[in-house]
Amino acid sequence: MSTLKGRNLISITDFSKDEYIEVLDIAEEFEKNPKQKILSDKVVATLFFEPSTRTRLSFESAANQLGARIIGFSDPGGTSVQKGESLHDTIVMVSSYADLIVMRNPKEGSSRYASEVSTVPVINAGDGANQHPTQCMLDLYSIRKTQGRLDNLNIACVGDLKYGRTVHSLVQAMCNFNATFHLVSPQELKLPSSVKMSVKNAGLKYYQYTDIKDVIPVADIIYMTRVQRERFPDPLEYERVKDSCILTASMLKGCKENMRVLHPLPRVNEITVDVDKTPYAYYFRQAQNGVYVRQALMAAILGVR
Amino acid sequence: MDTKKELVVPRIENGTVIDHIPTEAVYQVAHILGLEKYEDEVLIGNYLSSQKFIRKGIIKIKNKYFTKEELSKISLVAPMASIINIKNYEVIEKIEAEIPDHIENFIKCMNPMCITNHEKIVTKFDVVDKENLKLRCHYCEKFTTKETIRFCE
Repeated sequence: MSTLKGRNLISITDFSKDEYIEVLDIAEEFEKNPKQKILSDKVVATLFFEPSTRTRLSFESAANQLGARIIGFSDPGGTSVQKGESLHDTIVMVSSYADLIVMRNPKEGSSRYASEVSTVPVINAGDGANQHPTQCMLDLYSIRKTQGRLDNLNIACVGDLKYGRTVHSLVQAMCNFNATFHLVSPQELKLPSSVKMSVKNAGLKYYQYTDIKDVIPVADIIYMTRVQRERFPDPLEYERVKDSCILTASMLKGCKENMRVLHPLPRVNEITVDVDKTPYAYYFRQAQNGVYVRQALMAAILGVR
Repeated sequence: MDTKKELVVPRIENGTVIDHIPTEAVYQVAHILGLEKYEDEVLIGNYLSSQKFIRKGIIKIKNKYFTKEELSKISLVAPMASIINIKNYEVIEKIEAEIPDHIENFIKCMNPMCITNHEKIVTKFDVVDKENLKLRCHYCEKFTTKETIRFCE
């Protein structure tokens, strides 16, 4: 029996390395055959206290394809939350209606709290700037799928490494797999020291750069993120550095043949559209992989895998 | 000439003496323990000469003994403080204030977006660095430090 049955997934550190692998293996099965009515007697509640496109649709598609019924909301407007109901009361009520809760909420730590008051398992679909573990799982799935392995890879992370929660989770997760990290960002948006400490504590190496061109020949994966203008107090400073983290097709000459470009999306201008046509672009497939990974998580947590 | 030193803060018959409080933390300790509302004798001395420190603070609270939770609160602002329980003018127990591994209920998370600052939730922290006082929130996973620590009302 899987150790994942009945578990919550709130933070990427909640699962062990073997448990990540187990989820990825199950996701691989679902990729081969995504339409299996194995959750036809289950109700999944998707509670989205703030808007989301990819994550909500991907969870709902995953649940639908497995035959589960879905209840919930995509906006708290018109629900009792708007009348001032506490998160505690909302979760206690919903957990009596559903077998599993998928929740996104802008308050950090809200999913952990929900898991403590819920009588059914909770999957965190993003709690503000804190954690988004299913994004990290689908990133791992995409890396394994494109490289054939997770161990001993050169992972380049580019863009806003300071505030980008997906980068923090990915770096922490890849610390389990002997990765070498190449960190490209403007000075203002470097990876926080607490995350770099995780790399050091795992006995692994990281290198810091300010120009994306320097990492292209060494990277197995280039994980792009958006640099947002509003992160810079001085607009001139933004103008000075903004092009240093933009990837264009012409830059990819000299990259490893099997290198792939990932991005959690939405993209703005940090990957130019000419990259889309190259064999290195993987970000849209990456988003599609989210469905299989979320199917795997729901099936494993509900005890049918 | 009488060389015997006079006690600056008088002895108490029964109660607690909190000694070796850093001078800047004396009134904070009094506040954390809610001594403003304590209806018995409370004696506060500050900037007193000390062998252990150059200057120190001391608080004597008559007819009051503290729980483990209350003592752990003291340890966060006065980690070197000694807590001395007195009965019939005699020292019956000396306790060093010790920062616990986990803290529940009395610290506020410094992150304004943390769920604990928006719902009635008992706060929980793991102490990840006792020397520099660094607490990791169980919910939002952000760090509260010596500089940002605040106590629940």
